[in-house]
Amino acid sequence: MYKIIVLAKQVPDTRNVGKDAMKADGTVNRAALPAIFNPEDLNALELALLIKDRYPGTTIVLLTMGPVRAAEILREGLYRGADAGFLLTDKAFAGSDTLATSYALSCAIRKIGLPDIILAGRQAIDGDTAQVGPQVAEKLGIPQITYAEDILSVDNRTVRVKRRLERGFELVESVLPVLVTAHSTAPECRPRNARRLMQFKRATTLSERHHSADDYLAAQTHSTEPVLTEWCAKDVNSDLLQLGLGGSPTKVRQVENIVFQAKESKVLSAADDDIEWLIQELISQHTIG
Amino acid sequence: MGNFYLDTAELKFHLSHPLMQKIVALKERNFTERELYDYAPVDFEDAMDSYDKVLEIVGDICANTIAPHAESVDAEGPRLVDGHVEYAEGTKKNLDAIVKAGLMGITLPRKFNGLNFPIVPYIIAADMVSRADAGFVNIWGLQDCAETIHEFADEDQQQRYLPRIAAGETAAMDLTEPDAGSDLQAVQLKATLVDGKWLLNGVKRFITNGDGNISLVLARSEEGTADGRGLSMFIYDRNSNAVTVRRIEHKLGIIGSPTCELVFRNAPAELVGQRKFGLIKYVMALMNGARLGIAAQSVGVADAAWREAVNYARERVQFGSSINRFPAVYEMISRMKAKVDAIRSLLYETARFVDVYKAYEHIAKERSLTPEERAESKMYQKLADVYTPLSKGLSSEICNQVAYDALQIHGGSGFMKDYPVERIYRDARITSIYEGTTQLQVVAAIRGVTTGTYLSQMRAYEQREVRPELLGYRNYIKEMTDEYEEAVKMVTEVNNNEYMDFHARRLVEMAGNIIMAHLLVLDTDRDHIYWKSLDIFLKIARGENRGKKEFITISNPADLGKYRLD
Repeated sequence: MYKIIVLAKQVPDTRNVGKDAMKADGTVNRAALPAIFNPEDLNALELALLIKDRYPGTTIVLLTMGPVRAAEILREGLYRGADAGFLLTDKAFAGSDTLATSYALSCAIRKIGLPDIILAGRQAIDGDTAQVGPQVAEKLGIPQITYAEDILSVDNRTVRVKRRLERGFELVESVLPVLVTAHSTAPECRPRNARRLMQFKRATTLSERHHSADDYLAAQTHSTEPVLTEWCAKDVNSDLLQLGLGGSPTKVRQVENIVFQAKESKVLSAADDDIEWLIQELISQHTIG
Repeated sequence: MGNFYLDTAELKFHLSHPLMQKIVALKERNFTERELYDYAPVDFEDAMDSYDKVLEIVGDICANTIAPHAESVDAEGPRLVDGHVEYAEGTKKNLDAIVKAGLMGITLPRKFNGLNFPIVPYIIAADMVSRADAGFVNIWGLQDCAETIHEFADEDQQQRYLPRIAAGETAAMDLTEPDAGSDLQAVQLKATLVDGKWLLNGVKRFITNGDGNISLVLARSEEGTADGRGLSMFIYDRNSNAVTVRRIEHKLGIIGSPTCELVFRNAPAELVGQRKFGLIKYVMALMNGARLGIAAQSVGVADAAWREAVNYARERVQFGSSINRFPAVYEMISRMKAKVDAIRSLLYETARFVDVYKAYEHIAKERSLTPEERAESKMYQKLADVYTPLSKGLSSEICNQVAYDALQIHGGSGFMKDYPVERIYRDARITSIYEGTTQLQVVAAIRGVTTGTYLSQMRAYEQREVRPELLGYRNYIKEMTDEYEEAVKMVTEVNNNEYMDFHARRLVEMAGNIIMAHLLVLDTDRDHIYWKSLDIFLKIARGENRGKKEFITISNPADLGKYRLD
């Protein structure tokens, strides 16, 4: 059995954008987009759950950083089979770029205790940087495997991973502990389980409990160890200078709305020469063949 | 990322019916299980919140897993491999999602790892799964068999079989044989007691999911008998490996659902309940549950057909306009919607009746009921008995009408395999045939006409308080009820059974129309979104009932001679 931490992020659902998705100033209109569990983080969770299926006794802890409402994805994770969740939330984290985020996450992981495997989605659909996973691995000084499509085995303190590459796949091995980022071609995450939903729907973070008048929330928490834990910057022994806007070297100067235009077009006739050219072109671009 | 629960406000509307307060309190035995199970509700609101959230999961799986597989499952179908069934790839994925979501023992008690949900939320789930794929709902819906095991099998059998179903094993009910279809009294499959163990030998035909893990089998245990009293119910476990699938039928619709011919060769089986009660008690209970399931299937399929029609009519442009602007088209589509709303209201009214009396039945095993409780249980059982065939009969027929019209809206494109409506049209066709044809539902439902149960229900609905603006509709329905009473009288007065059977379907449909109109009034009273459907349906119903009454008025027993066939 193994200890796994899954890094997850709550993101605006940019996959089905309506016309009110952007504000006039070119920034994302978060109010118009539903907040969801970042899709590749769900692939990461499924890879973790598959390990748990194979090695009973494995524990999966979800870790996210975000506003209070990000606890929603921790519950989503519990419904799907995770054992516990940690929310990093603090005004000090606001405005963090990938470097500051990975610093905060690495502090939290140290506090939880370095697990055997850290899993994360390759990238989040709101930024597409694919930097946080690798940076966390660097900060913790552990190896990383990106673009994972499958975890083939975990044994003898090593892990074998199938990586999705542009033109095929690669099998790699690493010692544990290791950080693995999951590609969207990894198995789709299992659905939420009805019974676990009823079991964990009242699992809340401290801030949520403060904001709720719901009395059975209180009734729930005094009896058992809370499955959701909320930490602020101080709780994870982080250096405030490395957090938030101040700790973020990335500065966004301007966001531009780009309208794609056809670059160049070529008109082909039905003549053999033109068709031959097109076929060669498609083969050279690996569209066919 | 659609969701079949969130995009259909009608489902949550029916979930939040006032009678749910009573149903949930009965089902949860006043919320006493919280001490034992951390997923049991603490009170009514908590229970309802759980149903709502779990149905949201079902809606997600329906929209994003089951519905997208429907086309490939229909094209591929199940395969016969070495005497066993192999599901289509999409079916396997659907089942995997459903099992992982923990949706196989929805109504079973928690002690068997079920969710202990009432029938109403279970039927809402069935409604959605049917809309997603009418073939898949059969495999999933056979968890009804668990309910029969729970009701009639002994404690030890319940302990051994029910958790398996809750964990995702599938079930089957093996009733039909080549010479025993509608007439189950003719069942021949032989059960013999050898050294204290039952062995089954013979053939079953048209068995849905016949290769399921756990099967309930109707067999002749009393040698030398020829009628229903010689039949008993058995459990057969596929792990015994003594039943082979000889053939999977090639069907018009619900292709993903394997319909099997089974050969039993000394198949070991366990008796359920008492000998000789197989048909007269257990199958009747099993069939009632299954009929409610088919009513839900009919509603879900009709809903899917209506949606296809709406979407197509909105997009299809002819004569310079989308065709949904033409009266000939929008008239059809709005009638379809009104009918879908009407049969859905009848479905959930029936489900509530079943819920109350089933809950009492289970409570009666734990303690004796008070006289008031017993009276109430009896009343709801009586209502469930006449509403179930009414709901199954009418909704399956209306489902076919709606599917027919939905295909018609598509014109020539609907006749091609290019649009889902073609599959939906084929899938709809079975609903009025299996689990008892419409003609057999009428045989059961006519009792509601002759005993006056429907009539007293209509009169009771009239007394329910509603907003004043709805009283006009009420008055129309009262007139319809008077006409219905007259029509019933005209037929019963003749005092001729054949003549009664001749008009039975007309009378049952008249009663159904009135009851559905009443239910739409009550629905509109709770939520204004039903107003259009109420208005449209009432006019359809009134016209239909007048026509039927007129037909009865100008008929007489002497006519039968012109109809009888040599």
